[in-house]
Amino acid sequence: MAAPAAVELKDITKRFPGVIANDGIQLKVERGEIHAVVGENGAGKSTLMKILYGMQQPDEGEILVDGEVTTFGSPREAIDVGIGMVHQHFMLADNLTVLENVVLGSAPARGPRILSALAALVPGVLIFLAFVRMGFAADGSGLSGGAGSAILLAIAVGALLTSIWAAYKSSKPAIDFVSAREAISRLSGAHGIALDTRQLVEELSVGEKQRVEIIKVLYRGARILILDEPTSVLVPQEVEELFGDLRALVADGVTIIFISHKLDEVLAIADTITVVRAGKTIATVKPEGVSARDLAELMVGSELPTAATTESTVTDVLKVSMKDLGARGEGDRWLIEDVSFDIHKGEILGVAGVEGNGQQELVDLLLGIRAVDTGSIELNGENIAKWSTRERREAGMGFIPADRHGQGLLLPSPLWENAMLGHQSVEPFSNGPMIDRKGAVGRTNEIIEGYDVRTPGVDTTAKALSGGNQQKFIVGREMTASPSLLLASHPTRGIDVGAQAVVWQLLRDARANGLAVLLISADLEELIGLSDTLMVILRGRMVATLDPATVTAPELGSYMTGAQQEEVAS
Amino acid sequence: MKRRWLWSLLAPLAAVLFALVVSGVLLWASGHNPFEAFSEMIRHGIFSDKQGFRVDSLISTINRAIPLYLSAIAVAIGFKMGLFNIGVEGQYKIAVLVAASLGAAVTLPPILHVPLIVITAMLVGALWSGIPGLLKVTRGVHEVISTIMMNFIATGLAAYLLATYFRRVNEPGELVIETNAIPGSGLVPSLNSWIAWIDQRLGFVDLDPGRQHLHGFLIAAIIVGVAYHYMVQRTRFGFELRASGINPGAAKASGVNPNAMVVKTMVISGAIAGLVGMSFLLGFFGKYTIDFPTMLGFDGIAVALLGRNHPVGMAFGALIFGWFNRSAQILDLRGIPKEIVQIMLGIVILSVVVAYAVIGRVIERREIAAAHAALEDKQVPAAIGPPDASAREGGAS
Repeated sequence: MAAPAAVELKDITKRFPGVIANDGIQLKVERGEIHAVVGENGAGKSTLMKILYGMQQPDEGEILVDGEVTTFGSPREAIDVGIGMVHQHFMLADNLTVLENVVLGSAPARGPRILSALAALVPGVLIFLAFVRMGFAADGSGLSGGAGSAILLAIAVGALLTSIWAAYKSSKPAIDFVSAREAISRLSGAHGIALDTRQLVEELSVGEKQRVEIIKVLYRGARILILDEPTSVLVPQEVEELFGDLRALVADGVTIIFISHKLDEVLAIADTITVVRAGKTIATVKPEGVSARDLAELMVGSELPTAATTESTVTDVLKVSMKDLGARGEGDRWLIEDVSFDIHKGEILGVAGVEGNGQQELVDLLLGIRAVDTGSIELNGENIAKWSTRERREAGMGFIPADRHGQGLLLPSPLWENAMLGHQSVEPFSNGPMIDRKGAVGRTNEIIEGYDVRTPGVDTTAKALSGGNQQKFIVGREMTASPSLLLASHPTRGIDVGAQAVVWQLLRDARANGLAVLLISADLEELIGLSDTLMVILRGRMVATLDPATVTAPELGSYMTGAQQEEVAS
Repeated sequence: MKRRWLWSLLAPLAAVLFALVVSGVLLWASGHNPFEAFSEMIRHGIFSDKQGFRVDSLISTINRAIPLYLSAIAVAIGFKMGLFNIGVEGQYKIAVLVAASLGAAVTLPPILHVPLIVITAMLVGALWSGIPGLLKVTRGVHEVISTIMMNFIATGLAAYLLATYFRRVNEPGELVIETNAIPGSGLVPSLNSWIAWIDQRLGFVDLDPGRQHLHGFLIAAIIVGVAYHYMVQRTRFGFELRASGINPGAAKASGVNPNAMVVKTMVISGAIAGLVGMSFLLGFFGKYTIDFPTMLGFDGIAVALLGRNHPVGMAFGALIFGWFNRSAQILDLRGIPKEIVQIMLGIVILSVVVAYAVIGRVIERREIAAAHAALEDKQVPAAIGPPDASAREGGAS
């Protein structure tokens, strides 16, 4: 028989109150392969990985690592047998260097410092003794004395506790950075992953940060890496680099479990693919001979619509017109410079770009959160550059934020209050200065039913919903308010294929009814498929206007990074 | 939802019990009998075999609770939008001083006189707290820093004004630092006549207020409590206030002007703070003196924490504070340091904060479980259908 599988999961079942997250999952990951696990949000991928990483314990089933049955009580135990996790959201301290981040939590020690601990302890003890004496001397009778001696005693105890704490802190072993740096450069050299250990993490690009995360896990001795949606934050070029790194790691005998719902990427990198749906393993396939569509259908369990729009619904009624728009940030740096574009009724204008090139600022300018420094914004022929956010929203501006937790929801508030957010000044949510509770609850029910938000009721807090349901709720909220202009930032980010298809369909339907949409997305397929016009933003400027009917994703990618340039017709 | 009520009652109860145990141990360690101390407090504060039901203590408790409650509401309004107004202390002092002086300077029918004093106090409080609000939005000064500084200024300024311009002209040989007395038309009558009225109709208990007078300003405190609840929960302004507190980014994107919100909130908070000293001024002292109660603003922060910014919760919190302070009066007479009560209140607040955090987590976990359950109810079609005709049939699974 061949060598045992690096990881094997047998009949893993995990129940949460009221839901079976994993229902007899089977997964066999061979040593030195890249094994992709794909599935919709809520299919049970994350639970499965949490079990494998020791964050949760399965109710049934067993985990075999290198052929041996293993149980983990915590991530530390998982690391001990060589399983490490690279999280989707980086867990790095921005103000520390790469080196410090890598060793954080598993720093090599140089031995405890007993002397410094003693040095911290001695004065505290002396103060304690002195004040206790004074406290007793104050009236001779000790503890039952008046307030004066009580205060003295309190100071004494305080001093003692402080010095004990200080002694404890200073007795902690010091970090041996020299050996840590050597170990890291050994690791990055061995696996061909380039890193400057002295750089501050905040100066790194997203791709480099991810490398730090990978090195961090390897540094802890992991030979089996779990990567949770690693490409969701990367641009196409960075994805290529990541894949290069991963191939090098695999060549060195590292095993990689790759969780994703970007099927093209999975097909490009994985040696084996396991599809999970509704807590069950549906199929394990080789990438040869399956298409992304096949995989998607396995994931969803039915046939899929595509992002492609059928026919143009663009009218010649101008909805929004931006002219020579500019906004400066700190230090007079232009965040948005000379941006001009029009969106007509029934048109979707897609904005492609690497994140952080001015997309957020563009939305902020349209929404009135950021002040315009130059140029004009016209809505229905009126210059709204000086309007407040409220006036703009009341004029029919819908907003799907990129960061739903940061701008889209009141997490601890009930859904019916979340339904009002951004529309609180109009019907059915309020009546003059008063909130119309009934109206708000009615609309919330409409959103929940119409957009299939899965929740026990309108009083459930937004926090309790899963990410996909939160996103559907936000989309539903904006759509039921029948906007005339929709600012959609990453409207399908983090939601599953099925929900994504629904959002696409909703956008298309609304567009057919005359909605003008500004679509910002990192999903190039979504941009190309939905947009009537496509613009590329780079360092705050619109560097290209492209025809979505002819452009390809790699082409778009090269415009986004500035590798290819074109003058915008203005 | 009913469960949630039960849970949030549990937290303060557990905290009070815990505080009793800890302070009992402290008393025991310092050579006192904790049971004796507690039973003295109860005998003095609620019921004793000799004097029966202590209506006078109850009245005193309520009288002490009124300003604490108003102070707590002033703080809670700030908390609701994530502003920490530590300046209630200074705001009420300045407000009382100015209102007392103005009230003493005029003679009007009661129907005008009392509102004049009260509104003056609110205006002064609002102006005083508006300054930190403006500083925050124009210069970015954190309100915690500026309100603390404004407390120092208010205390000093009040003392100076009281000793100079606002001081009553003393008789020869007299050395009293106080404002002129407000005439009777400016004072709020006590509610003892109401107690007497109830007493007449209840034959079986004897409601004897003793020498205590239930402050009429209690009515105002109740009105403010109701108005606070109504404003925060039922008005658009309240919603925007809470939204700003919970998620400033979302509030901003939803059309809430954060700067205007900060100033408005500080001004409202300060106006309520201006009411803090009114019950003592109009129901007891009738003038501002150097003996006027202090620390009400800081205790209000504790009461707001204890009551979780909820109008009913804060009422309980204020009553607990009032009762402990009232019943502590007896301890000194029995040779027990009454400072133990301050320690107890401190422990109550600390443990309440911890208990709320724990219970909050329990509630959250239950909710997530319920949301999961809802997810399962609607399981199958794995894909989600839109409302319109293009909805796909549920997929296999």
